[in-house]
Amino acid sequence: MTRRLCARFDECRAAQRAALVTFVTAGDPDHATSLALVKALPEAGADVIELGMPFTDPMADGPAIQASGLRALKKGETLDRTLALVREFRKQDRATPIILMGYYNPIFIHGVGRFLDEAKAAGVDGLIVVDLPPEEDDELCLPALKAGLAFIRLATPTTDDKRLPKVLGNTAGFVYYVSITGITGAATPDFGAVAAAVSRIKRHTRLPVAVGFGVKTPEHAAEVAKAADAVVIGSSLVEAVRTSLDAQGNATPGTVGAVTSLVRNLAKGVASVRKAA
Amino acid sequence: MSVVTKPNSFRSGPDERGRFGPFGGRFVAETLMPLVLDLERAYADAKADPDFRAEMDRFLAHYVGRPSPLYFAERLTAHLGGAKIYLKREELNHTGSHKVNNVLGQILLARRMGKTRIIAETGAGQHGVATATLCARFGLECVVYMGAVDVERQKPNVIRMHMLGAEVVPVQSGSRTLKDALNEALRDWVTNVADTFYCIGTVAGPHPYPMMVRDFQCVIGDEVRAQMREAEGRLPDSLIACIGGGSNAMGLFHPFLDEPEVVIYGVEAAGHGISTGLHAASLTGGRPGVLHGNRTYLLMNGDGQINEAHSISAGLDYPGIGPEHAWLHDAGRVTYLSATDEEALAAFQLLSKLEGIIPALEAAHALARVIDIAPKLPRDHLMVVSLSGRGDKDVPQVAEILEKRTS
Repeated sequence: MTRRLCARFDECRAAQRAALVTFVTAGDPDHATSLALVKALPEAGADVIELGMPFTDPMADGPAIQASGLRALKKGETLDRTLALVREFRKQDRATPIILMGYYNPIFIHGVGRFLDEAKAAGVDGLIVVDLPPEEDDELCLPALKAGLAFIRLATPTTDDKRLPKVLGNTAGFVYYVSITGITGAATPDFGAVAAAVSRIKRHTRLPVAVGFGVKTPEHAAEVAKAADAVVIGSSLVEAVRTSLDAQGNATPGTVGAVTSLVRNLAKGVASVRKAA
Repeated sequence: MSVVTKPNSFRSGPDERGRFGPFGGRFVAETLMPLVLDLERAYADAKADPDFRAEMDRFLAHYVGRPSPLYFAERLTAHLGGAKIYLKREELNHTGSHKVNNVLGQILLARRMGKTRIIAETGAGQHGVATATLCARFGLECVVYMGAVDVERQKPNVIRMHMLGAEVVPVQSGSRTLKDALNEALRDWVTNVADTFYCIGTVAGPHPYPMMVRDFQCVIGDEVRAQMREAEGRLPDSLIACIGGGSNAMGLFHPFLDEPEVVIYGVEAAGHGISTGLHAASLTGGRPGVLHGNRTYLLMNGDGQINEAHSISAGLDYPGIGPEHAWLHDAGRVTYLSATDEEALAAFQLLSKLEGIIPALEAAHALARVIDIAPKLPRDHLMVVSLSGRGDKDVPQVAEILEKRTS
């Protein structure tokens, strides 16, 4: 079930570098531009695409991703259209893993069974649903695993050794370590503490460990790449979308390029760290 | 979802997963999960400790001023010509509403847990004022998140919070009301996990909040039971309370849930009217979903995006409701009604003129339904209305609305 994810992490390991996971919000700044952007990400250096499903009340996200989701909703993005975006992307790219990231309510309202069927058929590889801790696994995690989709769990600085096995239990694909206590795009993490946390998690699992939250620049990405198997960048990419827009908040000819040039630099930062194969 | 089997008791919830039937739960980010579990343990520990109870009782009596009176509203009763109406005077509590009952419990718990910084969300500002008050009393740092729209329409409470030494953060995101204040408080909590205690103001949020807040508010219903026995020698026949998140209602209702002869009404805010879509009545006009840590009835669009609520009353302006209410609704134990802005305004003026009591706009929603239910009932029917807060904070807003009409 995690075929595409496993293959991609294997490739990166063989190339002796960490993977770059890029987050953008589906439908931001509008559906067509968002599709063009997602299509352009792999060539720019994204190894895994994390696609945000916009939600009105993203409780774990900072201002950048909140604003990005609201832009998408304003332009009429829905869960159906997000799945359609993945289907379109899959017509040109069968290899790059796509992870849908979001909050539970839109999925719950869509219907869990229907959502999983459609996501799987569209070519989604995994899910990150922020407000579903292991205590609520029977809601979506277990059905997702059964449907052949990876359920990627967040581990955080508050997840102690006693709790880690519970968090890692039904996790598949990779583990996402949240580098700070806080919201996306907030404080810059303490890279020493991140390295220690990654080794702590690796004592409990053989899954690749990705690190995100607060990672903004190619230099940050390189620091994280020293310790982690993958680096997740989100807020700075959606900020690049925002700053490329015109005064009315519409996409400009520079929107896709603004993001891909940033991704190219981040990919260089990640690749600058040579890792053991 | 709405299939709820009739339980042996309506007072046994929640289960160990924090569920009331299908509602409730712990839908929070992993960062918060260990904190929520910690809180659950600390609360269980405090609940079993007689010293905690004794300290609560001491402060409830001497600082809050409990018990609050159960007052026979003689002129309102005569005016409506039906049921005998008693008002549970929560508006006489220190800080002017029922909110202080819960805040006292949570602040004493925060102290036990060694937390030094308190955060809270507030709509009308009543919970914010109660939190700021107890933080001042115990020397704790206090940050209150309040939607920017509410900061504007509930200015007197913002000024009070400042005087009590709290920081009030106007929330500019989303609809800039209570729901967004909750989002922002959760974002603060996820960031400041070590020293911060999140003092939630209503019977919502992740388990154990709905249970814990209910327990702290049950003092309302427990007192009513004893006071009604003293006044009339029996149980009341009906109870009625307004509902935003539903904490004053749950506190009044819970001790009576297993008394089948007691009829119970909750009143949601119908804003401009349910049919306009501009309202805050999640049970009447919403459906089950997941937000702010729990599954409950929510106002949302067909794609699961949360709609903005609309109510004249900032305290009811929330697109959700406590999960225990959602369960009691589906189980049919409590009847949920609604009242519009106009009906609440009329009730606000009626109580002021007949009884010399200016009610909060929130409580005026319950009174609005009393106005049409009471006249149809016999004179020996005993009805208890929760007067959850006083209307001082609403005086400028109501004056402005009424002035516009006469000019």
